[in-house]
Amino acid sequence: MPVHRDDVLAWIKAIAGMLSENSAYLTDLDSAIGDADHGANMDRGFKAVLNKMPEISDKDIGTIFKTVGMTLLSTVGGAGGPLYGTWFLQAGMKTAGKMELSLADWAEALEAALSGIVMRGKAELQDKTMVDALTPAVNELKQALQEGQPINAALERSAGAAQKGMESTIPLVARKGRASYLGERSAGHQDPGATSSYLILKVAAETWKNCT
Amino acid sequence: MKKLINKPENVVREELEGIALAHPDLVKVHYGPDFIMRADGPINGKVGVISGGGSGHEPMHGGFVGMGMLDAACPGAVFTSPTPDQMLEATKAVNGGKGVLHIVKNYTGDIMNFDMAADLARAEGIEVESVVTDDDVAVKDSLYTAGRRGVGVTVLAEKLCGAAAEQGRSLKEVAEICRKAKNLGRSMGMALTSCTVPHAGKPTFDLPEDQMEIGIGIHGEPGRTRMPLKSADEITEMLMEPIISDIPYKAGDEVLLFVNGLGGTPLIELYIIYRKAYEIANKHGLKVVRNLIGPYITSLEMAGTSITMLKMDDDMLKLWDAPVKTPGLRWGV
Repeated sequence: MPVHRDDVLAWIKAIAGMLSENSAYLTDLDSAIGDADHGANMDRGFKAVLNKMPEISDKDIGTIFKTVGMTLLSTVGGAGGPLYGTWFLQAGMKTAGKMELSLADWAEALEAALSGIVMRGKAELQDKTMVDALTPAVNELKQALQEGQPINAALERSAGAAQKGMESTIPLVARKGRASYLGERSAGHQDPGATSSYLILKVAAETWKNCT
Repeated sequence: MKKLINKPENVVREELEGIALAHPDLVKVHYGPDFIMRADGPINGKVGVISGGGSGHEPMHGGFVGMGMLDAACPGAVFTSPTPDQMLEATKAVNGGKGVLHIVKNYTGDIMNFDMAADLARAEGIEVESVVTDDDVAVKDSLYTAGRRGVGVTVLAEKLCGAAAEQGRSLKEVAEICRKAKNLGRSMGMALTSCTVPHAGKPTFDLPEDQMEIGIGIHGEPGRTRMPLKSADEITEMLMEPIISDIPYKAGDEVLLFVNGLGGTPLIELYIIYRKAYEIANKHGLKVVRNLIGPYITSLEMAGTSITMLKMDDDMLKLWDAPVKTPGLRWGV
């Protein structure tokens, strides 16, 4: 069965739970090369999203994503607000009116999210940002789609690719964001934005494990 | 963590409530979205000047709201840029019909959020100009970084632009003053200690007792080099030389010398730094015609200093001397 609207809502809730648990971890990563606020900001944003859940629980997936995006935009702040806001706003535009998502729908939504993030943040691959986790995740998703794989298997592969992408940021020298001020000293640390992006996709694979 | 707070998540809200109670004659505080604006704003026929940024740099920016300086300031969470809805509402609230200038410090998050806010404000028919300050010479400005950080020059630009707007100058002219300050000013900072973001609960980085961090930013982000602690005079030289060689300033230039405390350094030490910085400026033939000494753009309780030098002309001198009446800066009234 495809990803139903209720699965999408469950995913959003699961992201909020995951961020609450990982807030200190993400902030620790950010302390090393940034300004020690990524975990707290994301946690605050998705807590605000949870408060909006009652008013979107009977809406279409596009409206749900759009509401998540607008809420993140007005509560997260920093670079994460516009970037994660863009993720969900773009995904919302691609899924407008839909009550369920096929693998093709999800791949299209995530690809739109990535394009929007690249446009807003002007980051390229290997700049040591969330783009390093999201790009392989989108590519893997499209590959799995071509191979005719079921949704759950495709999501596993996509999350696996995001994890590799996230780990690939460790040796990189940051070229975007606050970490870039450190120059060579940013190498040896995992990028917090790539990490939160991976975690969000991992939660999707877990929450939608029965979707085919 | 030892801090005079109640709960980390209430820090900004409770600070705003304190400001509202302390300065009702100067500012009013709007909650949800949060911004501080002039008590007598919006002022018809005057260009609005607003800024914003993460909290933790007090008195910047909220402490600079008032006659002769900012019309509004948008505080984000500690060290986190504010959100587009804050800037949009502040822009609308201060718009006196002649447009609004956004003064933005060069950080990835600030740029993205202010960009979105400016787009939204323009969509609502408000003329907006944005100027980005990027005066920190500790950061290399290249294609491979986010560019130099906006630091001390921001405070000076807010004063100059506020005065220019007060005189009735146009949005273009006020923005031009801001660009001039951005182009003619340079800064560099150093830290003796780290600082603790309330919701992080522990210092952003470790700095041993006998070490210092040169090229520190204002968010506790580590600088570029760490070395054994040196004397005040030697440290002042390490900050002044990169500043002076960057513009480059030339003998005979008149400058404003701003020695800033990062939050945990007492004035007695800032004057020791000023004494040496003044001497170094003189040695290069630079005439220090104005100064500002004190904690104006801070990094929570971090001990350390930053030095900013701004080349002045007659117009800028008049704007600097013009009356200002804000919680954090006040003269001529």
